[in-house]
Amino acid sequence: MSFYEIFRHFADSYGLTLIFALYLLLCGWAFRPGSKLRNENAANSIFEDSDHG
Amino acid sequence: MEAVVGRLGIWALVLLVAIAAIAGAQDSGFAVHMGIIAAVALILMIVTARNYDPVGKAQSIFKMPTGPSRYDDDVIRWGVIATVFWGMAGFLAGLFIALQMAFPELNFEPYLSFGRVRPLHTSAVVFAFGGNALIATSFYVVQRTCRTQLAFPTLARFVFWGYQLFIVLAATGYLLGITQSKEYAEPEWYVDLWLTIVWLAYLAVFVGTIVRRHEPHIYVANWFFLAFIITVAMLHVVNNLAVPVSMLGSRSYSAFAGVQDALTQWWYGHNAVGFFLTAGFLAMMYYFVPKQAERPIYSYRLSIIHFWSLIFLYIWAGPHHLHYTALPDWAQTLGMVFSIVLWMPSWGGMINGLMTLNGAWDKVRTDPIIRMMVMALAFYGMSTFEGPMLSIKAVNSLSHYTDWTIGHVHSGALGWNGMITFACVYYLVPRLWNRERLYSMRMINWHFWLATLGIVFYAASMWVAGITQGLMWREYGSDGFLVNSFVDTVAALHPMYLMRAFGGLLYLSGAIIMTYNVWMTIAGRLREEAPMGETRHDEAADRPIVAEPAE
Repeated sequence: MSFYEIFRHFADSYGLTLIFALYLLLCGWAFRPGSKLRNENAANSIFEDSDHG
Repeated sequence: MEAVVGRLGIWALVLLVAIAAIAGAQDSGFAVHMGIIAAVALILMIVTARNYDPVGKAQSIFKMPTGPSRYDDDVIRWGVIATVFWGMAGFLAGLFIALQMAFPELNFEPYLSFGRVRPLHTSAVVFAFGGNALIATSFYVVQRTCRTQLAFPTLARFVFWGYQLFIVLAATGYLLGITQSKEYAEPEWYVDLWLTIVWLAYLAVFVGTIVRRHEPHIYVANWFFLAFIITVAMLHVVNNLAVPVSMLGSRSYSAFAGVQDALTQWWYGHNAVGFFLTAGFLAMMYYFVPKQAERPIYSYRLSIIHFWSLIFLYIWAGPHHLHYTALPDWAQTLGMVFSIVLWMPSWGGMINGLMTLNGAWDKVRTDPIIRMMVMALAFYGMSTFEGPMLSIKAVNSLSHYTDWTIGHVHSGALGWNGMITFACVYYLVPRLWNRERLYSMRMINWHFWLATLGIVFYAASMWVAGITQGLMWREYGSDGFLVNSFVDTVAALHPMYLMRAFGGLLYLSGAIIMTYNVWMTIAGRLREEAPMGETRHDEAADRPIVAEPAE
C-alpha cells in the first residue's frame, strides 16, 4: 500500500470517527447539566466593567 | 544610554544589509523593496539618535488622551486610524479598477494596469482595512473581556508597525509587478517571511493577554479571534512554502506543483475567507453587537455550536473553487458537501446576532450603529446562503468564472465585513478618544444609506452580468458551434459594469463621510444637530377621543 492509500484509509475510517466524536463532545460541552447559569454569566460578563469595558 | 546606542547599532546594521541587498539585487523590484527597508531603518536611526519622544509626539498628532488608563489603548487608536486610511485607499482602488472594466483606456501601463491594481485593491481592503480592524478590535476586546492590560506592550507596537510595513511592501510590490500569482497570497517569499514574524508576535500578544486574564471565563469573542490568528498563521505558512530563485531576488517557485498547488492555494484562499473574513469579524459581532444593544448575546450555547461548527467545517470547503478542473471528482464533491453543510451554522450565527436585538428592535430606528450591525448580519446571512448555493456543481457550471462570483464576494465583503467594521469604528472612536459622542450621528445614517444603496447596485448588476455571461458562454447553435465569442459577452456586460462602478462610487462616498466624521470626532468637535429617532409631538392628535352624542 502506498502512503497515499494508508493515509486515506485512515482518514475515511478512524480519522473521520475521531473528528466527529470530538466535534460532538465540544458542542455537547455547552449542554452539560448545570451549564445554564455558567453560560448566562459568561454572556453577561461583558457588561460588568463600566470603564469602556 | 547604552540601550540607545545598542538600538542605533541594530538599525545601522539593518541599513547596511539593505544597502548591500540593493547593490546585489537580481531585479529592480527587489531593489526598490530593499530601498524601502533602508529608508525605514534610516528613519528609526534618526528617531533614536535625536532621543525623540515618539509617544509624546504621537499623542499630540493623534490627539490621544494623556491621562492614565486602565487599558493599553494606543495601538488600538493607531489601528482605528489605519483602518479608516487603508479603507479609503482600498475603496478608491476598487472604484478605479471597476472603471477600468468599463473604460479600458484607464489601463495606464505598466504600473496601473488592471492586473496590478486588482491585487492592490483586494489586499488593501482585505488585509489592510480588514486586518487593521481585526488587530484593533482584537486588542480592544481581549483587554476588556479579560480585564487586564495587553501582555508585551512593546511587541504589540511591533505588531502594528510591522503589519503596516508588510502592507507597504505588498502594495508597492504589486505595482512593480512582483507577485507569486496566488490569489490573496500574492506577496513574494521575503514579504511572506516578514508577515510570519509579525503574525507570530500577534499570536504571542493575544495569547499572553488571555493567559494573564483576571476573568475566569474566556468570552466567546476571544475564541473566534484566537481561531482566526492560529488558522491564518497555519494557512499562510503552508500556502507560501516556496523556494526563492535567489536570496537577492524577488522570484520564487512554489513547493507544490500542478493540481496539488491549486488545491493548497484554494485551501488557503477559502479559509482566508473563512477565518480572516468570517471568524475574525464574528468575534467583533459577538462583542460589539451585545455591547451596542446593551443586551447579552441571544444564546451563548448557540455561539459555542456556531464556533465549533465553523472550525470543523470551513477547513474542508476549499475544493469548491476547483469544480470541473483536474482536481479528483471526490475532492470536488467533498468541498461541495462541506460548503452546503456550512450553511446551517452560518445562519445559526446570524440568528444569534439578530435575536440579540429581541426586545430592543426600536434601536434599529433610533440608533444608526445598530442599524449598520443589523445590515451587516443580514448580509452575512445572504452571502452564507449564496455561497453554499454557488458551490453546488450544477449551479457552479453556470456561475464559475463569471461576475456572479465577484458579486457574491462583494455582498459578503461590502455588506458583512464593511458594515460591521464601520459599526465598530463608530463604536470605538468616541470611547478611545474620550469624547462625549461622535461628531455627528446623522452622518452615520448617510453613510448607512449610501453604503447600502452601493451594495444593491453592485450585487444586482453582478448577478445580471454573471448569469448573462454564463448563459452566453454555454450557448450552442444548431450547427454545434458556440454562438458568442468572448468579446460579444464583454460588450453585452458594459451597462452592468457602469452600474457596478456607480455602486462603488456610492460606497466610497459613504466611507468619505465616515472619514470626515471620525476626523472631526478625534478633533473634539460636536455637530449641532437634531437627535436621531426623535418623535415629534403633534398637539392636535394628542387628545382623547370623546364620544359625541348622535344628532
